Amino acid sequence: MTMSANHPVLKVTDLKKAYGAIQAVGGVSFEVRPGEIFGVIGPNGSGKTTLFNSMLGQITPDTGKIELNGEDVTQLGPLELNRRGVGRTFQTLQVFGKMTVRDNLIVAAQEHQGTMFSRMFAPSDSNLGDKADALIDQFHIKHVADKKAGELSYGQQKLVDIAMAFMSEPDLVLLDEPCAGVNPSLVGGISTLLKELNQTRKGSFVVIEHNMDFVMDLCHRIMVMVEGKVMAIGTPEEIRANKQVLDAYLGN
Amino acid sequence: MKKLAFLAGLLGLLACIFVPALLKNHGIYLFTYWLIYVIATMGLNLTIGYAGQKSLGHAAFFGIGAYTVAILMQAGYSFWLGLPLAALGCFVVGLALGFPALRVQTIYLAFATLGFNTAVWLVMRNEEWLTGGTFGINNIARPEAFGISFDGNLAYYYLVLAIAVVLGLLLWGLMHSPWGKAFTALRDNPIRAESLGVDIRGYTLLSFAIGAAYAGVAGALFGSLVQFIDPAPFTVEASIMMYLMVVVGGPGYFLGPLLGAAVGVILPEWLRFAQAWYLFVFGAAVVMLMIYLPDGLLSIPDRLRAKRQSREASAARAAAGVKV
Repeated sequence: MTMSANHPVLKVTDLKKAYGAIQAVGGVSFEVRPGEIFGVIGPNGSGKTTLFNSMLGQITPDTGKIELNGEDVTQLGPLELNRRGVGRTFQTLQVFGKMTVRDNLIVAAQEHQGTMFSRMFAPSDSNLGDKADALIDQFHIKHVADKKAGELSYGQQKLVDIAMAFMSEPDLVLLDEPCAGVNPSLVGGISTLLKELNQTRKGSFVVIEHNMDFVMDLCHRIMVMVEGKVMAIGTPEEIRANKQVLDAYLGN
Repeated sequence: MKKLAFLAGLLGLLACIFVPALLKNHGIYLFTYWLIYVIATMGLNLTIGYAGQKSLGHAAFFGIGAYTVAILMQAGYSFWLGLPLAALGCFVVGLALGFPALRVQTIYLAFATLGFNTAVWLVMRNEEWLTGGTFGINNIARPEAFGISFDGNLAYYYLVLAIAVVLGLLLWGLMHSPWGKAFTALRDNPIRAESLGVDIRGYTLLSFAIGAAYAGVAGALFGSLVQFIDPAPFTVEASIMMYLMVVVGGPGYFLGPLLGAAVGVILPEWLRFAQAWYLFVFGAAVVMLMIYLPDGLLSIPDRLRAKRQSREASAARAAAGVKV
């Protein structure tokens, strides 16, 4: 968060990834600015997930460059990226079912404190209890804080999952379909929460989502991907008014 | 629940202190034998139960510990040099065995560790110049310290008990430091854990290394207990038995190894009446346990609690007249 305002948090340049004959991502470039909520939309098979997995170090792109706060991170794995300030949520639920909600949040940040050796002698909650409680309050899950995460409802687990991504105060959070499988009333709640977090924590978010109302309402800028390429990047208004996008994606 | 567990632990410890004093030699021997397996399976519980790494090579470390002490004592060195070297040696070899686990998991990892156990066992059997081969190593003395001899069975039992308690407390401390959560996160969901900055490579390797070090200490104590070792107790079969002890006791439950080792060590004694049918009865008991208690004996309290909670929840729903 020490970068100047016009320096992008994330810069992706001409990213390409092919699986055999299929060009999943065919030369994608974009920037995410500090404090920005950046949406990525596109039909199934448009390369969103491949793009995401590249940015998260799950796969290595064939060519192209990914820079985080000016540093080339194209070859780094998920662990190194997280240590450099990238948080994420997954499309499917990924909480630690046998731990309490509070412990889920604590484990989400404890490895950012001290060394492996010093953590051997650290208190059980790594002095992260207050921080976890603050997020628990903000996410309105106080009543289940001491329950095992696996015993909660789907929606509650989804909230825990999102909260975990924010525990280590990342510069950049990648959210993979935060509304997938969530009932409509909670979708609004998640949107409000993400806006709050964006205001208070100043982090940048990249959001993949199929729920158009959610994306249009939440994101500052949106990138539309079709067949592995960028069709348009712009504000929600610009995207809504884009004839090409309407024909290819939104219209049908 | 916590208070109850603490009380049970305290009662168990008192029983461990006073009951053997009332027993004859064979009873004391069995208690010692049990505690040694408790130490070994505490380590295996860390590897399997907490960190989720399927290891079928634990008896190899048990053997490496036993032979380390036996060979060193034969060469005239003290037991007290052999014991830490057994732990350290197993730690290093355990670290090395962890590397396959970075590439393969589940049943594939089990086979990799099984292969390792077989290789170690072959070295024990074939390298006669070092291990005595099938003739083994005889006359392994019991240690003494500060002028106290642990030669007597009861004295040796108390030494093993003291070491088991210290190792138990160390493991308890580790599991209640942030490491405990990191191991659990690694077991439950390594991909998610890594995305949160958990160094899953480091924790995987250390779960093997620390577990192996515990087996090394147990092996060292075993050699000095039986005073004669050959390769027989360190086969793949012994590893499977230790794995079973962890599973029966309850993987990931801190006190699981106490019960698991009791089932593995003491139950066969009780089943002597069955004679030729012993293995059949034992096998049937294990099958029943796996069907009805797949999470081990210590999952019983958790199951009762979950049952009570769901009963209370449905009662509350009924009272509120809410349609479900």
